Amino acid sequence: MQLTGAQALIKSLEQQGVETIFGLPGGAILPVYDPLLDSPIRHILARHEQGAGHMAEGYALATGRPGVAMVTSGPGSTNIVTPIGNAHMDSTPLVVITGQVATTSIGTDAFQECDITGITMGITKHNFLVQSAQELPRAVAAAFHLATTGRPGPVLIDVPKDVSQSMMEWWYPETLEELDLPGYHPTRDLDEEAVARAVQLISRAERPVLYVGGGTLKSGASAALLAFAEATRMPVVTTLMARGAFPDSHDQHLGMPGMHGTYAAVTALQRSDLLVALGARFDDRVTGRVSAFAPGASVIHVDIDRAEFNKIRHADVTLQTDVGTALAALGDAGATPAPLDAWWREIRAWRAQYPLTYDEPVVDGPLRPQHVIEAIAQRAEPGTIVASGVGQHQMWTSQFWRFDEPRTWVNSGGAGTMGFGVPAAIGAKVGRPDRAVWCIDGDGCFQMTAQELVTARAERIPIKVAILNNAYLGMVRQWQEMFYDERYSEVYLSADLPDYVKWAEAMGCVGLRATNVKEMADVIDEANAINDVPVVIDFRTDTSEKVFPMVAAGASNDDIMVHPSQRGGAR
Amino acid sequence: MTPPEPFAAEIVHTPVRHHILSVLVENKAGVLARIAGLFARRGFNIYSLAVAPAESDARFSRVTIVVDAESAPLEQIVGQLDKLVNVVAISDLAPRDALERELLLASVPVLDSDTRARLLDTIANAGAAIVDVDASAVTVMLTGTPSACDDLERSLESFPGVELHRTGRVALPRLGRTATA
Ligand SMILES: Cc1ncc(C[n+]2csc(CCOP(=O)(O)OP(=O)(O)O)c2C)c(N)n1
Ligand SMILES: [Mg+2]
Repeated sequence: MQLTGAQALIKSLEQQGVETIFGLPGGAILPVYDPLLDSPIRHILARHEQGAGHMAEGYALATGRPGVAMVTSGPGSTNIVTPIGNAHMDSTPLVVITGQVATTSIGTDAFQECDITGITMGITKHNFLVQSAQELPRAVAAAFHLATTGRPGPVLIDVPKDVSQSMMEWWYPETLEELDLPGYHPTRDLDEEAVARAVQLISRAERPVLYVGGGTLKSGASAALLAFAEATRMPVVTTLMARGAFPDSHDQHLGMPGMHGTYAAVTALQRSDLLVALGARFDDRVTGRVSAFAPGASVIHVDIDRAEFNKIRHADVTLQTDVGTALAALGDAGATPAPLDAWWREIRAWRAQYPLTYDEPVVDGPLRPQHVIEAIAQRAEPGTIVASGVGQHQMWTSQFWRFDEPRTWVNSGGAGTMGFGVPAAIGAKVGRPDRAVWCIDGDGCFQMTAQELVTARAERIPIKVAILNNAYLGMVRQWQEMFYDERYSEVYLSADLPDYVKWAEAMGCVGLRATNVKEMADVIDEANAINDVPVVIDFRTDTSEKVFPMVAAGASNDDIMVHPSQRGGAR
Repeated sequence: MTPPEPFAAEIVHTPVRHHILSVLVENKAGVLARIAGLFARRGFNIYSLAVAPAESDARFSRVTIVVDAESAPLEQIVGQLDKLVNVVAISDLAPRDALERELLLASVPVLDSDTRARLLDTIANAGAAIVDVDASAVTVMLTGTPSACDDLERSLESFPGVELHRTGRVALPRLGRTATA
């Protein structure tokens, strides 16, 4: 069967089971948009390529399936660089297709030419510049294989216009050999000897902690983790990337570690004698000053990517495999620590003395942002997916939302990309239309990608957006208040400019506003009753609120600052 | 106008803490850029890099990279390199297990008989060869260990106007020793 390269590309995506593409057309990708009209694949027309990329990420995070985005060459391709970089930092499986000028024009500074494979070399797992139409099926199959196996990540396929326009004889790779990836071996046999040494370390541990990272979610290992944790009685902490991997409602869960982690989680890591790191990478936001991090702990490091071993922290035992496989092996080998009663007594005392807290709400407003998040969470149907931007509102959401299910938390961790929330929530809702999806956003973040609500309205994707409007780039303001003598430099945004309600309405959404506790409850109920169009709520929150606990950048985790109301007593 | 001082820049001689990575890569466009880019963005130092088609199979090339194991732990360098999809195999040669050779070419201006005598001496001492001669200059070649090349390079520095190129080393395990994969 003779097809054009463009037809072959679309047909290859169908072969991969792609249901949705997020994108925006232009000259170099035009040929590919034509056969899309005849395909069952749904295309969602973003209003900015960054939006398309974050939608694909949100889709991937909520479903576990790769997100697919398609854009044109030149500025189309550079506009999607931020989502690619974000997906790279968070190991999110993404396949990005970019148009390129014709092979005969490459290197001539042709209109909308851009070396996107060069630009994204350092922020993709791999990328391809496809040289002939006959090669397209292999490139697509290889891209999906690379994006979804081993340590997942973004893969870019750059398709020159003459490649998509020329003819090819249809074929599709049926074996891994045909993908022609001789250097790609994502999995290793389990090292039984290392498992035995891990079991030994665990059996000697008196103060162990399961340090759970995003790799646990990628591996689909939540059930295995629950079983292993309950069998061993070890305390669990879940990083920002792993929220939802272990139920917050579980008694063994200490919450999130790190810069804005709970006192119990941070301190348990500090005092532990054994860290079992499960798909976690000792990020600086978790370790604080590395030389002072968990000084008395041995480390068992489980990761599918061996380059993570001994990168930041020496590991006594390394297991290069996915978290599920490792936990099954450790469980089968009967890994059990000594009785942990004394350890749990200590931890319970920390938990009781320094729970997450915030100041009493004031009846006539301004609202406490933490209170707003709790109120939304309380009224959310079970299984609700929550996305966020980056800043204070993100940390509060991670702290005060109760995550009880994997893939219900959609956020930008490693890159910290402002503007991620709205488009990612849209992508999540497309992937999980059965679920309610909230985006808890900051006023600053909202202004970066809000136009995608036009997409949401046009495509009937009814997400709900809560703007925690503190009139500031709040997280930066917090640092200036605490570390720069309250010298506020370029962080004020204004609560009234823009008018978020009118803006929402102009984008075809329902716009609501709450300035006090009474209105807060009402507008949440009102938003929950709307299921056909997107809703945006402008919550007027207290500008002076700060995120606690906090470990200052570069400080030791021993120097954790708790909420002001908890200070004074012996720590 | 005075000509630029030859060797004004500091010559960095390979320190002892180097390792030789023999890297089999797919013969595809951009592979060298991927390797160079990885080293640059991770802050790994390269002392030299030599590329040649692989002996056995036209699909592959062999890249010999001499890395500074002070700039990053070797385990990190190898682990990151291994993640490049086009990298097929990496073997690590400790210097003591490796047979290393390098080629040096230098053109030396010779304007008087004193210089000529001194140069012939230098060449003889180093075991180098003369590969080209004209009225005003001599081109010298040495194939040898990197340290022999270092020595000759240092000796030639005293000849004004010398122009010198080195290939960077290639390496194989000594017979009876093996590289670690
Ligand atoms: C694209 C981008 N630019 C800048 C930053 C730095 N930054 C981190 S948080 C933040 C403030 C975010 O403001 P807002 O969305 O209002 O959230 P808040 O902290 O007030 O909750 C800024 C500017 C970033 N993370 N991403
Ligand atoms: Mg704000």
